[in-house]
Formats: sequence, structure tokens, C-alpha cells
Amino acid sequence: MPKFVFLWTDVVLYLLIVALAGYAWQVRRNANQRANWYKVLRDPAALSAAIVMLLFGAVTLLDSVHFRRALPPAPGAAADAPVFYSTTTDSLLDLMLARQYLMRETGYSEPLAYLGLNKEPLERDGQAVRDFPRLQHGGAHLADPARQRWPDIVARTASGIAIGLLVAAAFALLAAALLARGHGGLRSALRDLVADRTDVPWRAALLTLAVACVLIGPVVALMGHYHVLGTDRTGNDVLVQALKSVRTAFVIGTLATIATLPFAVVLGVLAGYFKGWVDEVIQYLYTTLSSVPNVLLIAACVLMVQVFLDKNPDMFETGLERSDLKIFLLCVILGVTGWATLCRLVRAETLKLRELEFVQAATAFGVGDARIMARHIAPNVMHLVLITTVLSFSELILYEAVLTYVGVGVDPSMNSFGGMINLARSEMSRDPVVWWSFAAAFGFMVTLVLAANLFADGVRDAFDPRARSFRPRVLRKPA
Amino acid sequence: MWNYLIRRLGYGVLILIGVNLFTFILFFTVNTPDDMARLNIGGKRVTQDQIEKWKAERGYDKPLYWNVKEEGAAKLTETIVWERSVSLFALEFGRSDARAAVDIGHEIQSRMWVSLQLALPLFILQVIASTAFALLLVFFRHSRIDFWGVVLCVLMLSISALFYIIVGQFLFSRLFKLVPINGYAGGLDAVKFLILPIVLSLLSRLGTEARLYRAMFLEEIGKDYVRTARAKGLAESIVLFRHVLRNALIPIITSAGSYLPYVFLGSLVFESFFGIPGLGAFVIEAIGGQDFAIVRAMVFLGALLYIASYVVIDVAYTWADPRIRLS
Repeated sequence: MPKFVFLWTDVVLYLLIVALAGYAWQVRRNANQRANWYKVLRDPAALSAAIVMLLFGAVTLLDSVHFRRALPPAPGAAADAPVFYSTTTDSLLDLMLARQYLMRETGYSEPLAYLGLNKEPLERDGQAVRDFPRLQHGGAHLADPARQRWPDIVARTASGIAIGLLVAAAFALLAAALLARGHGGLRSALRDLVADRTDVPWRAALLTLAVACVLIGPVVALMGHYHVLGTDRTGNDVLVQALKSVRTAFVIGTLATIATLPFAVVLGVLAGYFKGWVDEVIQYLYTTLSSVPNVLLIAACVLMVQVFLDKNPDMFETGLERSDLKIFLLCVILGVTGWATLCRLVRAETLKLRELEFVQAATAFGVGDARIMARHIAPNVMHLVLITTVLSFSELILYEAVLTYVGVGVDPSMNSFGGMINLARSEMSRDPVVWWSFAAAFGFMVTLVLAANLFADGVRDAFDPRARSFRPRVLRKPA
Repeated sequence: MWNYLIRRLGYGVLILIGVNLFTFILFFTVNTPDDMARLNIGGKRVTQDQIEKWKAERGYDKPLYWNVKEEGAAKLTETIVWERSVSLFALEFGRSDARAAVDIGHEIQSRMWVSLQLALPLFILQVIASTAFALLLVFFRHSRIDFWGVVLCVLMLSISALFYIIVGQFLFSRLFKLVPINGYAGGLDAVKFLILPIVLSLLSRLGTEARLYRAMFLEEIGKDYVRTARAKGLAESIVLFRHVLRNALIPIITSAGSYLPYVFLGSLVFESFFGIPGLGAFVIEAIGGQDFAIVRAMVFLGALLYIASYVVIDVAYTWADPRIRLS
């Protein structure tokens, strides 16, 4: 029985899911919010983006269940001897990628290669020659890789695509089956799906899923025998690194925004509701905070955390726990330094709300200040919170890369897009060029950020009526 | 207006005091002068004597916040927090903590011009390029150009600035060998070192800015005076340039102005990537070397510039819209 490890960020992510479920339940009961979220769903771009985000979110979740494996009992140990646990902490994702961890090479290799990138002294037929070494694992199942490799890759890719398409077709059938009742039978439901005549644009969603399946299929088919995205300097699979980086990006994107919320909402509502000196003090606080260039402020805080962690090295059992606490504290720092913008918005909205009739009525009935703020004002500023949260998600992912480059981001031992880009910088100036780490980081990061941006735009359009008019639309000429 | 400016500056001083206290508490409570001494002297065995000597040399040999040994007001003034704060307000930044102990004030003065050479053209070009692109999109609104232009903006703002830098350096410096990869030279030679960072920085922010400006223009374009202008029979281009642009200046100034402090502090990442010895690179070096004196000085300078830029923005409002009176 493995010993489960609950890292700080894991726990917060679990809590986040519980909170999201609670929110979803609340949305179901509230007609207004349900209508707004329905608008988000009806936006094809936002729906497709949401699906991409869900896929990345699934990777994050798999990578957030951590445990330490039990070591086999020592020979001759008593039956009731205490179980010892491995010093490395694994996640479910690590378990799924166990084969990739075993396929570690000794140095750089190109994507899908069977040879290393650099020539090494080898012994061949009793003679010492300098040649490209055969990889230990990439393409190792081939007897004559020079001839067999491409046919093998093509065959595997084709079967991967075929399976991917089958899965996509299964999804389409499932969707049609679910829609069958409203569309008069399975057949007409399928026809409506293809012609995009459904209420929610399921065609766009299914197309996104199909593209994802067609991409994932070949990768899965190939990754058992090749390094699909090559290997890095120490021979680690780049694909694994990119997948592990997804969690880091997600953690930063979500936790850092959530960390701003208590300050921003509580202080913003207080400032707007009480006005007077409370308002002055809170305004002073956030003006002071925002007057320091953000990167500098974060750097200063992170340096302090660094000093603190260096002083207390025995707080953690494993290296992972240490780097996890570091990223957790980084999120807290991003939250403590980044609440000014949202606080300003909440304050302005509260100033407007407190003059409205329903608040006056509540005051007239003798409802206390705390209750008015909690029951009447806070729910009415939540749309601002929601919009800001989704908008800042993508910004924070981009920000993480910059911070890591500056040296105040996540721990170097932790996989992150910033770390990958940082290494890629020197790799791009090598000869021959090592482009695959960079390309992998680029592909994953742009997909994630783009999806987050599109989803955020959808949410903003649905919850902020003013933003909707800025949406680009091609007006069809009347026929 | 003068009244307003003086009030604004007074508030600025208050903010500076807050910033200064905040950074001081942040730095000195977690990292006491003894720790700093140990870190900077280096080596395994550091004697208390060495630490005392280091502290005396740098002026860290006083109590942090409250000097019990002194009498009266000196209880407050004979402390590190007082001395450091007063010297910062006098713009005397002192020496850095590292062994080289460079004169921070001198460094800032010499690096400031380099940063300005990079940032000022960038700032101006940024505003022009974003406005031009946004106006183009607005001119062709409700057409394919607008739609795909916005798609391009979203795509561009989803790409990290680091990608622009790495690809740009790879293409233009390594493949085409048009400009040097990094470095800096004074005089006219600076142009060939600065052109690539400027162009790349421009590209990396174009998506965000152009989309923002487009929204601002569209907000203006729905207003009554635009309809009146069109009803008079003015051409669409004149409506856009003479009426809409003029009125959208206010939000543009706000948005561009918030970027103003960074003009002086330099784009941190771009300077350090391209080896340009400006203030941004200075900060990154200080962070890497854990030199708190420099970081504190730069935080203070950044806050100062922020306040200054807000005053500049306010004055710019009155220029852009004569109806605005500062009071």
C-alpha cells in the first residue's frame, strides 16, 4: 500500500475542485447565472477552448495525486516490521509515464531518432571510430533501423490516427445519442450535428475533440518505442517534461489568482461600502503596492522566501516537498502583490451598488453592515471576480516564464515552461540546433494560453454586456 | 492646477514612505544584517569579528528600528531604517552589498541613458504602431480583415515574449546574420544593437495593445457625435482620424502611461537577453547575486517614476481634452 503524500498545491487544487463543484451547483439553481453560462457554451470558440482546457486540467489532476511507493520488505525481516517508503514521490501521471522514465538516454537526440545527436567514440568490429551512437531505447526494437524506421513510424502513426478517429467517432455517436430525444431520433440528430443545427455548437466541440484524438493517438502509439519530442541534455524525454510542466502552469494560473481574491474582494467591498477613512487607507495600500514595478516587488519577496527556506532546510522530507512549498509561496506572493487591479474594480462597483434601492431598503430594515456586504453587495460583484480570474489565468502562465527566466520563478528542479525556455535559449545557439525542447514548450504553452484566452473572452462576453459589442463579426451582405 | 499638482506630489511622498518601509521590513526582518554579512563575506567559517567589521563598513552596525541606547529623537534617527530611508529620499543610493561594492547612484546614472535609448523609441513606436493597427481594424470593421486581425491579435498575445526573443535572435542574428546577437556599443553603433530588441518588443506587445485600442475606438464610434459627423457627409477616414482618434486619446494615454515607468527601468527581460547594459539588466544581475541594496534602490526608483508618470499622465489629459481641469 503506497503512502499518499498531500502536497500544499495538491490540497489547494482539490479544494478548488470542490469549490468549482459547489459553484456549478449554485449556477444550476440560479436562472440568471445559468443563462450567462449558457451563453458561454453557445460560443463555439469558448466551448472548444473549454474542452482543450479540460484536457490540460485532466493532466494536471493526474499529476496532483502524489504517493510514495512502499519498498519491498528486507529479506528476513519480521512480518510486522514497519514498511519503508521510497524517497521519491510519484504521481499518477508518473505511473502512466513509467515507461518513458525507464527510456532515459544519455544525451540529446532528435524527435523520433534512433541515433544520438553528437558523435561519440565507439568500438565497431574491434576498431575505435567516432560515430553517432545508437540510442539505448529510441527505436531499439528495430533490427535494421536505417531502413525500417520510417515504415515503422508511418505504420504506428497511421494506426494511432485510426484509433484516434475511432474514439472521435465514438464521441460523436455519444453526443448524437444524447441529443436524439430533442432532435427526433438518432439519425436526424447526427444530421443536425453535421450541419451545426444544434443549440449548443456541438460540432465545434466534437471537431476539437477529434483534432485532439488525432494528435494524441499517434503520440501514444509512438511513445513506447521512440522519443516523440526528442530528449534533452541529460537524455530525459522532452514530452514528459512538457506534460509535467502543464501542472506547474495550471497551479500558477489558478492559485495565484485565487490568492488575490480575499484581499481584493474584502478590501474592495469595505472601501466602497464605508467610504471615508477606510476608503482612504485601502486606496493608499493598493496605490503603494502598485507603484512598485511588479517584477521587482515579486523578486524582492521571492528572494526573502529563498532566504527563509535556506535557513530552515529540515522542514521538508523530500526535494519535491521543498519545491512544492516554493511554488505555493510564489503563488501567495503573486496574490499578495497582485490584488490592486481587482480591488480597484470591486471598489468602484461597490460605490455604485451601495446607492441602489435594494441596499437602501436593507439599511432601512435595520440589516447590519456586515450582513449587507455579505448578502447584498458581495454576490453582485462576483461577475467582476469571475471575469478577472479567467482573464488573469493566461497572463500568469506567461508571467511564470518571465519570472523563471529572471531567476525568481519556480524551483529549477521542477518542470516548468519557463525552465524549458530558459534551457532552450542556449540550446538554440548550439550546432546542430537543438530545437525540439523549444518547439515542445512553444506548442504546449501557446495551446494552453490560447485556449485560456479564448475561454476568457467567451466568459467576458457573456458576463459583461459591454464587452460583447467589441467582438469582431463579419456582417453578411443581404442577398 | 498647481494646487492639484502639489497635492498629488504630497501624496506621492506618502506613498514613497510606504514603499520604503515595506521593502525595509521585508528585507531586514527576514534577512538580518548578520545574515547579509555572512552571505557576502562567504566562506565556511565566518567569525563574529568579521561580521562586525563588515557591518561597520557598510553602516549596518546600528539597531534596526529603535535605538535604546540613545536619548530623545536620536532613539529614532540613530537606526538603520532612518539612515537608509533618509538617504534614499535624498537620492543617495549608497554602495551595493556585494564584495565589489559599486556605487549604485553612479551605476544608475550611467545605465539610465542606455535604457532610455532602448525604451524611448520603443515607447513611441509602440503607441504609433498599436494605434495604427487598431485604426486599420476599426476602419474595416465587420469585415474579414477585422475578424482575422483580431484573431491575429489573440494569437500574438498568447505567445510569450521569450519566444519572440529566441526566434528573433535565431532568425535575424544567427541565420541571416543581419545584426549582432547581443552586446552594446555607444554612439551610432548602438542602432544595430538596439533595432532587433525594439522590433521584437514591439511585436510581443502589439497583440495586447492593438486589441485594447480597438475596443476603445469601437466604444467611441458608437457615440452620437460620430453619427453627426457622418450625417454631415464626412468621409469615414476623416471621421476616424479627426474625431474618433482625438476622443479615444484619453484611454490611450491612460493605457500607454501606465507603461511609462518601465520606459526608464528598461524592459528587464529584453535588456538581459540582448546584453544591453541598462537598468533592467542591472536589476536582474542584482537579483541573481542577491544584492539587496541594489534591489531596494531600484524598488524606490521604480516607485518614484510611477508617481512621476502619473503626474505626467494627468497633465497629458488636460492637453488631450481641454475640458478636463485638474482640481
